Amino acid sequence: MRGPENVAEMKGILEAALLTASQPLSLDDMLKLFAGRMERATLRMLLDELKQDWEDRTLDLIQVATGYRFQAKPELSAFIARLNPERQPRYSRAVMETLAIIAYRQPVTRGDIEQIRGVAVNPNVMRQLVERDWVDVVGQREVPGRPSLYATTKHFLDDLNLCSLSELPPFEDFSQSEVPLSS
Amino acid sequence: MLVTTSEIKINGELLTELPLDLYIPPDALEVYLESFEGPLDLLLYLIRKNNLDILDIPMAKLTVQYMDYVDKMRAINLELAADYLLMSAMLIEIKSRMLLPTPAEVEEEDDPRAELVRRLMEYEAIKLAAQRLDEMPKVGEGFQVAHAYYQHIAEIKPPEVDVDALVEAWKNVVKRAKLNSNHQLGRAELSVREHMSLVLRRLQAGGMCEFSELFDFETGGLPKLVVNFLAILELAKEGLIKITQQAAFSTIYLQASNVE
Repeated sequence: MRGPENVAEMKGILEAALLTASQPLSLDDMLKLFAGRMERATLRMLLDELKQDWEDRTLDLIQVATGYRFQAKPELSAFIARLNPERQPRYSRAVMETLAIIAYRQPVTRGDIEQIRGVAVNPNVMRQLVERDWVDVVGQREVPGRPSLYATTKHFLDDLNLCSLSELPPFEDFSQSEVPLSS
Repeated sequence: MLVTTSEIKINGELLTELPLDLYIPPDALEVYLESFEGPLDLLLYLIRKNNLDILDIPMAKLTVQYMDYVDKMRAINLELAADYLLMSAMLIEIKSRMLLPTPAEVEEEDDPRAELVRRLMEYEAIKLAAQRLDEMPKVGEGFQVAHAYYQHIAEIKPPEVDVDALVEAWKNVVKRAKLNSNHQLGRAELSVREHMSLVLRRLQAGGMCEFSELFDFETGGLPKLVVNFLAILELAKEGLIKITQQAAFSTIYLQASNVE
Protein backbone atom coordinates (compact mmCIF):
# COMPACT_ATOMS: atom_id res chain seq x y z
CA MET A 1 0.00 0.00 0.00
CA ARG A 2 1.60 3.24 -1.10
CA GLY A 3 1.23 6.38 1.02
CA PRO A 4 -0.82 9.41 -0.02
CA GLU A 5 1.13 11.60 -2.38
CA ASN A 6 -0.53 14.98 -2.07
CA VAL A 7 -2.79 17.07 0.13
CA ALA A 8 -5.90 16.21 -1.89
CA GLU A 9 -5.33 12.48 -1.29
CA MET A 10 -4.72 13.02 2.42
CA LYS A 11 -7.92 15.04 2.73
CA GLY A 12 -9.76 12.32 0.81
CA ILE A 13 -8.60 9.70 3.30
CA LEU A 14 -9.67 11.88 6.24
CA GLU A 15 -13.02 12.65 4.66
CA ALA A 16 -13.87 9.01 3.96
CA ALA A 17 -12.79 7.94 7.44
CA LEU A 18 -14.86 10.68 9.11
CA LEU A 19 -17.92 9.95 6.98
CA THR A 20 -17.85 6.22 7.63
CA ALA A 21 -16.97 6.33 11.33
CA SER A 22 -19.79 5.52 13.73
CA GLN A 23 -18.19 7.63 16.48
CA PRO A 24 -16.42 11.00 16.38
CA LEU A 25 -12.76 10.49 15.43
CA SER A 26 -10.07 11.89 17.72
CA LEU A 27 -6.81 13.33 16.41
CA ASP A 28 -5.05 10.15 17.58
CA ASP A 29 -7.54 8.03 15.63
CA MET A 30 -6.90 10.04 12.49
CA LEU A 31 -3.09 9.91 12.88
CA LYS A 32 -3.41 6.11 12.67
CA LEU A 33 -4.74 6.55 9.14
CA PHE A 34 -1.28 7.76 8.12
CA ALA A 35 0.66 5.14 10.09
CA GLY A 36 2.37 7.77 12.24
CA ARG A 37 3.81 9.58 9.19
CA MET A 38 1.95 12.80 9.93
CA GLU A 39 2.49 15.63 12.36
CA ARG A 40 -0.36 16.69 14.59
CA ALA A 41 -0.09 20.26 13.28
CA THR A 42 -0.40 19.04 9.67
CA LEU A 43 -3.47 17.04 10.60
CA ARG A 44 -5.09 20.07 12.19
CA MET A 45 -4.34 22.10 9.10
CA LEU A 46 -5.85 19.43 6.83
CA LEU A 47 -8.97 19.30 9.02
CA ASP A 48 -9.31 23.08 8.77
CA GLU A 49 -9.06 22.86 4.99
CA LEU A 50 -11.58 20.03 4.89
CA LYS A 51 -13.94 22.11 6.99
CA GLN A 52 -13.67 24.95 4.49
CA ASP A 53 -14.13 22.59 1.53
CA TRP A 54 -17.51 21.57 2.94
CA GLU A 55 -18.63 25.09 3.77
CA ASP A 56 -20.99 25.48 0.81
CA ARG A 57 -22.10 21.86 0.78
CA THR A 58 -24.60 19.86 2.85
CA LEU A 59 -22.49 18.81 5.84
CA ASP A 60 -20.50 20.60 8.52
CA LEU A 61 -17.29 19.21 9.98
CA ILE A 62 -17.79 19.75 13.72
CA GLN A 63 -15.52 19.28 16.69
CA VAL A 64 -17.13 17.79 19.81
CA ALA A 65 -15.73 16.46 23.09
CA THR A 66 -14.45 13.12 21.78
CA GLY A 67 -13.34 14.27 18.33
CA TYR A 68 -14.47 15.36 14.90
CA ARG A 69 -17.60 14.35 13.00
CA PHE A 70 -19.69 15.38 10.03
CA GLN A 71 -23.25 16.47 10.63
CA ALA A 72 -26.04 17.85 8.48
CA LYS A 73 -26.21 21.64 8.10
CA PRO A 74 -28.65 23.09 10.67
CA GLU A 75 -30.97 24.45 7.95
CA LEU A 76 -31.45 20.89 6.63
CA SER A 77 -32.33 19.42 10.02
CA ALA A 78 -36.00 20.29 9.81
CA PHE A 79 -36.35 18.34 6.55
CA ILE A 80 -34.40 15.32 7.77
CA ALA A 81 -36.48 15.25 10.95
CA ARG A 82 -39.53 14.45 8.80
CA LEU A 83 -38.10 10.97 8.24
CA ASN A 84 -38.79 10.23 11.91
CA PRO A 85 -42.06 12.00 12.58
CA GLU A 86 -42.63 10.52 16.04
CA ARG A 87 -41.47 13.05 18.58
CA GLN A 88 -38.62 12.24 20.90
CA PRO A 89 -39.91 11.60 24.42
CA ARG A 90 -39.02 14.48 26.69
CA TYR A 91 -37.28 14.11 30.01
CA SER A 92 -39.25 15.12 33.09
CA ARG A 93 -38.38 18.32 34.93
CA ALA A 94 -36.87 16.22 37.73
CA VAL A 95 -34.46 14.60 35.24
CA MET A 96 -33.51 17.88 33.60
CA GLU A 97 -32.98 19.68 36.93
CA THR A 98 -30.83 16.81 38.20
CA LEU A 99 -28.83 16.91 34.96
CA ALA A 100 -28.40 20.69 35.28
CA ILE A 101 -27.13 20.34 38.86
CA ILE A 102 -24.63 17.65 37.82
CA ALA A 103 -23.53 19.66 34.77
CA TYR A 104 -22.98 22.91 36.66
CA ARG A 105 -21.99 21.69 40.11
CA GLN A 106 -20.05 18.48 39.38
CA PRO A 107 -18.83 16.38 40.96
CA VAL A 108 -21.86 16.11 43.23
CA THR A 109 -23.41 13.47 45.49
CA ARG A 110 -27.09 12.60 45.66
CA GLY A 111 -27.11 14.56 48.92
CA ASP A 112 -25.92 17.69 47.11
CA ILE A 113 -28.66 17.26 44.51
CA GLU A 114 -31.29 16.78 47.23
CA GLN A 115 -30.02 19.87 49.04
CA ILE A 116 -30.41 22.05 45.96
CA ARG A 117 -33.75 20.66 44.75
CA GLY A 118 -35.25 20.29 48.25
CA VAL A 119 -36.64 16.82 47.46
CA ALA A 120 -35.29 13.27 47.61
CA VAL A 121 -33.59 12.03 44.43
CA ASN A 122 -35.69 9.41 42.74
CA PRO A 123 -33.40 6.46 41.83
CA ASN A 124 -35.20 6.27 38.51
CA VAL A 125 -33.98 9.75 37.63
CA MET A 126 -30.32 8.81 38.13
CA ARG A 127 -30.83 5.56 36.26
CA GLN A 128 -32.18 7.37 33.21
CA LEU A 129 -29.17 9.68 33.11
CA VAL A 130 -26.66 6.88 33.66
CA GLU A 131 -28.30 4.66 31.03
CA ARG A 132 -28.17 7.48 28.51
CA ASP A 133 -24.44 7.62 29.29
CA TRP A 134 -24.72 11.30 30.11
CA VAL A 135 -23.73 10.87 33.76
CA ASP A 136 -21.40 8.49 35.57
CA VAL A 137 -19.75 7.93 38.94
CA VAL A 138 -16.27 9.44 39.13
CA GLY A 139 -15.42 8.62 42.74
CA GLN A 140 -16.60 8.72 46.33
CA ARG A 141 -16.60 11.57 48.78
CA GLU A 142 -14.50 10.69 51.83
CA VAL A 143 -17.29 11.17 54.38
CA PRO A 144 -19.30 8.55 56.30
CA GLY A 145 -21.13 6.34 53.84
CA ARG A 146 -18.68 7.25 51.05
CA PRO A 147 -21.41 8.58 48.72
CA SER A 148 -20.79 8.36 44.97
CA LEU A 149 -19.74 11.52 43.15
CA TYR A 150 -21.53 12.06 39.85
CA ALA A 151 -20.24 13.96 36.82
CA THR A 152 -21.29 14.42 33.20
CA THR A 153 -19.58 12.34 30.52
CA LYS A 154 -17.92 13.26 27.23
CA HIS A 155 -20.83 11.53 25.54
CA PHE A 156 -23.15 14.11 27.10
CA LEU A 157 -21.05 16.87 25.53
CA ASP A 158 -21.06 15.06 22.17
CA ASP A 159 -24.84 14.74 22.25
CA LEU A 160 -25.20 18.47 22.94
CA ASN A 161 -22.70 19.37 20.25
CA LEU A 162 -20.15 20.70 22.74
CA CYS A 163 -16.39 20.34 23.08
CA SER A 164 -16.22 21.16 26.78
CA LEU A 165 -18.38 22.14 29.74
CA SER A 166 -17.17 25.72 29.36
CA GLU A 167 -19.34 25.94 26.24
CA LEU A 168 -22.52 25.50 28.29
CA PRO A 169 -24.43 28.75 28.86
CA PRO A 170 -22.66 30.43 31.82
CA PHE A 171 -24.40 29.74 35.11
CA GLU A 172 -24.34 33.46 36.00
CA ASP A 173 -26.91 33.97 33.23
CA PHE A 174 -29.43 32.13 35.34
CA SER A 175 -28.52 33.35 38.81
CA GLN A 176 -28.77 37.07 37.99
CA SER A 177 -31.54 37.17 35.43
CA GLU A 178 -34.53 37.52 37.73
CA VAL A 179 -32.97 38.89 40.86
CA PRO A 180 -33.55 42.61 41.20
CA LEU A 181 -30.71 44.51 42.79
CA SER A 182 -32.13 46.04 45.95
CA SER A 183 -30.48 47.71 48.95
CA MET B 1 -54.59 33.17 32.54
CA LEU B 2 -58.09 34.48 32.11
CA VAL B 3 -57.80 37.08 34.84
CA THR B 4 -54.96 38.93 33.18
CA THR B 5 -56.68 39.43 29.85
CA SER B 6 -58.10 42.91 29.66
CA GLU B 7 -61.70 42.28 28.64
CA ILE B 8 -63.97 39.34 29.25
CA LYS B 9 -67.57 39.77 28.18
CA ILE B 10 -70.45 37.53 29.23
CA ASN B 11 -73.83 38.28 27.64
CA GLY B 12 -72.40 41.60 26.48
CA GLU B 13 -71.50 42.65 30.03
CA LEU B 14 -67.92 43.26 30.99
CA LEU B 15 -66.71 40.77 33.58
CA THR B 16 -64.52 42.56 36.09
CA GLU B 17 -64.34 39.97 38.83
CA LEU B 18 -64.24 36.22 38.77
CA PRO B 19 -67.54 34.73 39.89
CA LEU B 20 -67.18 33.50 43.48
CA ASP B 21 -69.06 30.30 42.86
CA LEU B 22 -66.70 29.20 40.07
CA TYR B 23 -66.55 25.45 40.34
CA ILE B 24 -63.11 23.78 40.46
CA PRO B 25 -63.26 19.98 40.35
CA PRO B 26 -61.28 18.45 43.25
CA ASP B 27 -59.16 16.36 40.84
CA ALA B 28 -57.81 19.49 39.22
CA LEU B 29 -56.01 20.41 42.42
CA GLU B 30 -54.13 17.14 42.48
CA VAL B 31 -52.82 17.58 38.96
CA TYR B 32 -51.86 21.14 39.81
CA LEU B 33 -49.94 20.25 42.98
CA GLU B 34 -48.05 17.44 41.33
CA SER B 35 -46.68 19.86 38.82
CA PHE B 36 -44.43 21.30 41.56
CA GLU B 37 -41.00 19.75 41.77
CA GLY B 38 -40.80 20.18 45.55
CA PRO B 39 -41.19 22.73 48.34
CA LEU B 40 -38.63 25.12 46.84
CA ASP B 41 -40.47 25.05 43.53
CA LEU B 42 -43.76 25.77 45.28
CA LEU B 43 -42.24 28.63 47.29
CA LEU B 44 -40.77 30.16 44.14
CA TYR B 45 -44.14 29.91 42.47
CA LEU B 46 -45.84 31.68 45.40
CA ILE B 47 -43.17 34.40 45.48
CA ARG B 48 -43.36 35.04 41.72
CA LYS B 49 -47.15 34.81 41.61
CA ASN B 50 -47.57 37.35 44.40
CA ASN B 51 -44.77 39.52 43.06
CA LEU B 52 -42.89 39.29 46.33
CA ASP B 53 -39.33 40.55 46.57
CA ILE B 54 -37.19 37.45 46.97
CA LEU B 55 -34.58 39.49 48.86
CA ASP B 56 -37.15 40.81 51.35
CA ILE B 57 -39.70 38.05 51.73
CA PRO B 58 -42.73 38.85 53.92
CA MET B 59 -42.51 35.62 55.91
CA ALA B 60 -45.95 35.75 57.49
CA LYS B 61 -47.74 36.09 54.15
CA LEU B 62 -45.63 33.45 52.43
CA THR B 63 -45.91 30.97 55.32
CA VAL B 64 -49.69 31.23 55.44
CA GLN B 65 -50.03 30.61 51.71
CA TYR B 66 -47.52 27.80 51.79
CA MET B 67 -49.25 26.03 54.69
CA ASP B 68 -52.54 26.37 52.88
CA TYR B 69 -51.16 24.47 49.89
CA VAL B 70 -49.46 21.85 52.04
CA ASP B 71 -52.70 21.19 53.96
CA LYS B 72 -54.47 20.55 50.66
CA MET B 73 -51.64 18.37 49.55
CA ARG B 74 -51.62 16.31 52.75
CA ALA B 75 -55.25 15.47 52.15
CA ILE B 76 -54.33 14.02 48.77
CA ASN B 77 -50.82 12.67 48.84
CA LEU B 78 -49.17 12.03 52.20
CA GLU B 79 -46.01 10.60 50.72
CA LEU B 80 -45.34 13.72 48.73
CA ALA B 81 -45.92 15.91 51.74
CA ALA B 82 -42.86 14.76 53.75
CA ASP B 83 -40.42 17.11 52.01
CA TYR B 84 -43.04 19.84 52.15
CA LEU B 85 -43.57 19.41 55.91
CA LEU B 86 -39.87 19.88 56.55
CA MET B 87 -40.08 23.18 54.70
CA SER B 88 -43.14 24.19 56.74
CA ALA B 89 -41.10 23.73 59.91
CA MET B 90 -38.28 25.78 58.44
CA LEU B 91 -40.60 28.62 57.42
CA ILE B 92 -42.19 28.75 60.87
CA GLU B 93 -38.78 28.74 62.49
CA ILE B 94 -37.61 31.67 60.34
CA LYS B 95 -40.83 33.55 61.07
CA SER B 96 -40.48 33.09 64.83
CA ARG B 97 -36.82 34.08 64.82
CA MET B 98 -37.79 37.30 63.04
CA LEU B 99 -40.26 38.07 65.81
CA LEU B 100 -37.61 37.85 68.51
CA PRO B 101 -36.09 41.17 69.48
CA THR B 102 -32.44 41.48 68.55
CA PRO B 103 -30.25 41.82 71.63
CA ALA B 104 -28.52 45.21 71.68
CA GLU B 105 -25.00 43.79 72.00
CA VAL B 106 -25.36 41.67 68.85
CA GLU B 107 -24.37 43.81 65.93
CA GLU B 108 -25.77 43.07 62.51
CA GLU B 109 -27.17 39.64 63.15
CA ASP B 110 -27.68 37.60 60.01
CA ASP B 111 -31.11 37.82 58.50
CA PRO B 112 -32.87 34.55 59.46
CA ARG B 113 -34.14 34.41 55.89
CA ALA B 114 -30.65 34.48 54.38
CA GLU B 115 -30.23 30.70 54.04
CA LEU B 116 -33.72 30.25 52.59
CA VAL B 117 -33.13 33.05 50.07
CA ARG B 118 -29.79 31.54 49.08
CA ARG B 119 -31.43 28.16 48.50
CA LEU B 120 -34.36 29.65 46.61
CA MET B 121 -32.07 31.61 44.32
CA GLU B 122 -29.82 28.62 43.71
CA TYR B 123 -32.80 26.44 42.94
CA GLU B 124 -34.27 29.03 40.61
CA ALA B 125 -30.97 29.24 38.73
CA ILE B 126 -30.85 25.45 38.37
CA LYS B 127 -34.45 25.45 37.21
CA LEU B 128 -33.64 27.96 34.46
CA ALA B 129 -30.46 26.07 33.56
CA ALA B 130 -32.51 22.88 33.23
CA GLN B 131 -34.99 24.60 30.91
CA ARG B 132 -32.10 25.89 28.83
CA LEU B 133 -30.47 22.43 28.63
CA ASP B 134 -33.82 21.01 27.60
CA GLU B 135 -34.12 23.54 24.78
CA MET B 136 -30.58 22.94 23.48
CA PRO B 137 -30.43 20.90 20.28
CA LYS B 138 -29.41 17.32 20.91
CA VAL B 139 -28.14 14.61 18.65
CA GLY B 140 -31.04 13.13 16.69
CA GLU B 141 -33.33 16.00 17.65
CA GLY B 142 -32.06 19.32 16.40
CA PHE B 143 -29.07 18.02 14.51
CA GLN B 144 -28.16 14.88 12.61
CA VAL B 145 -24.80 13.18 12.53
CA ALA B 146 -23.55 12.05 9.12
CA HIS B 147 -22.80 8.37 8.81
CA ALA B 148 -22.06 7.03 5.35
CA TYR B 149 -22.41 3.31 4.93
CA TYR B 150 -19.19 1.39 5.04
CA GLN B 151 -19.13 -2.34 4.93
CA HIS B 152 -16.72 -3.35 7.60
CA ILE B 153 -15.44 -6.64 6.20
CA ALA B 154 -13.65 -8.59 8.85
CA GLU B 155 -10.60 -9.52 6.82
CA ILE B 156 -8.95 -12.73 8.01
CA LYS B 157 -5.26 -12.31 7.42
CA PRO B 158 -3.40 -15.63 7.05
CA PRO B 159 -0.14 -15.49 9.02
CA GLU B 160 3.02 -15.46 6.92
CA VAL B 161 5.18 -18.60 6.79
CA ASP B 162 8.74 -18.91 5.47
CA VAL B 163 11.03 -21.92 5.02
CA ASP B 164 13.01 -21.22 8.19
CA ALA B 165 9.85 -21.26 10.25
CA LEU B 166 8.82 -24.54 8.66
CA VAL B 167 12.22 -26.13 9.38
CA GLU B 168 12.07 -24.89 12.94
CA ALA B 169 8.61 -26.36 13.36
CA TRP B 170 9.73 -29.72 11.96
CA LYS B 171 12.69 -29.78 14.37
CA ASN B 172 10.32 -29.21 17.22
CA VAL B 173 8.08 -32.03 16.05
CA VAL B 174 11.02 -34.43 15.84
CA LYS B 175 12.31 -33.35 19.24
CA ARG B 176 8.92 -33.86 20.80
CA ALA B 177 8.47 -37.24 19.07
CA LYS B 178 11.81 -38.33 20.50
CA LEU B 179 10.87 -37.22 23.96
CA ASN B 180 7.57 -39.07 23.69
CA SER B 181 9.03 -42.36 22.45
CA ASN B 182 11.80 -42.29 25.08
CA HIS B 183 9.24 -41.66 27.68
CA GLN B 184 7.08 -44.59 26.56
CA LEU B 185 10.10 -46.88 26.35
CA GLY B 186 11.13 -45.89 29.85
CA ARG B 187 7.75 -46.70 31.20
CA ALA B 188 7.71 -50.14 29.53
CA GLU B 189 11.22 -50.90 30.75
CA LEU B 190 10.37 -49.94 34.27
CA SER B 191 7.27 -52.06 34.10
CA VAL B 192 9.21 -55.09 32.83
CA ARG B 193 11.85 -54.49 35.48
CA GLU B 194 9.16 -54.31 38.10
CA HIS B 195 7.73 -57.66 36.96
CA MET B 196 11.18 -59.22 36.82
CA SER B 197 11.53 -58.37 40.50
CA LEU B 198 8.09 -59.73 41.25
CA VAL B 199 8.79 -63.05 39.49
CA LEU B 200 12.21 -63.37 41.04
CA ARG B 201 10.88 -62.65 44.52
CA ARG B 202 8.23 -65.31 43.99
CA LEU B 203 10.84 -67.86 42.96
CA GLN B 204 13.05 -67.08 45.97
CA ALA B 205 10.65 -69.18 48.04
CA GLY B 206 12.45 -72.14 46.47
CA GLY B 207 11.58 -75.07 44.33
CA MET B 208 9.97 -75.27 40.97
CA CYS B 209 7.13 -73.08 39.91
CA GLU B 210 4.70 -73.79 37.13
CA PHE B 211 4.93 -71.33 34.26
CA SER B 212 1.18 -70.63 34.29
CA GLU B 213 1.20 -69.90 38.04
CA LEU B 214 3.32 -66.84 37.41
CA PHE B 215 0.55 -65.16 35.44
CA ASP B 216 -2.26 -63.25 37.06
CA PHE B 217 -5.24 -63.66 34.75
CA GLU B 218 -7.66 -61.87 37.06
CA THR B 219 -6.29 -58.33 37.13
CA GLY B 220 -4.28 -56.16 34.78
CA GLY B 221 -5.44 -57.63 31.49
CA LEU B 222 -3.39 -58.41 28.41
CA PRO B 223 -0.71 -55.68 28.71
CA LYS B 224 0.23 -56.95 32.16
CA LEU B 225 0.43 -60.54 30.92
CA VAL B 226 2.67 -59.45 28.03
CA VAL B 227 4.91 -57.44 30.33
CA ASN B 228 5.09 -60.38 32.74
CA PHE B 229 6.07 -62.67 29.89
CA LEU B 230 8.72 -60.22 28.75
CA ALA B 231 10.01 -60.10 32.32
CA ILE B 232 10.38 -63.87 32.38
CA LEU B 233 12.20 -63.86 29.05
CA GLU B 234 14.47 -61.08 30.31
CA LEU B 235 15.19 -63.00 33.53
CA ALA B 236 16.03 -66.09 31.49
CA LYS B 237 18.26 -64.11 29.17
CA GLU B 238 20.16 -62.64 32.11
CA GLY B 239 20.54 -66.16 33.51
CA LEU B 240 18.68 -65.38 36.68
CA ILE B 241 16.17 -68.18 36.21
CA LYS B 242 16.16 -71.62 34.70
CA ILE B 243 13.30 -72.76 32.53
CA THR B 244 12.74 -76.47 32.04
CA GLN B 245 10.34 -78.58 30.05
CA GLN B 246 10.43 -82.40 29.96
CA ALA B 247 8.66 -82.92 26.68
CA ALA B 248 6.92 -80.87 24.01
CA PHE B 249 3.63 -79.33 25.24
CA SER B 250 4.25 -80.56 28.79
CA THR B 251 4.29 -78.24 31.81
CA ILE B 252 7.03 -75.62 31.89
CA TYR B 253 8.76 -75.16 35.20
CA LEU B 254 10.74 -72.20 36.40
CA GLN B 255 13.40 -72.00 39.02
CA ALA B 256 15.61 -69.26 40.37
CA SER B 257 19.23 -69.87 39.43
CA ASN B 258 20.60 -68.93 42.83
CA VAL B 259 18.23 -71.14 44.79
CA GLU B 260 18.79 -74.82 44.77
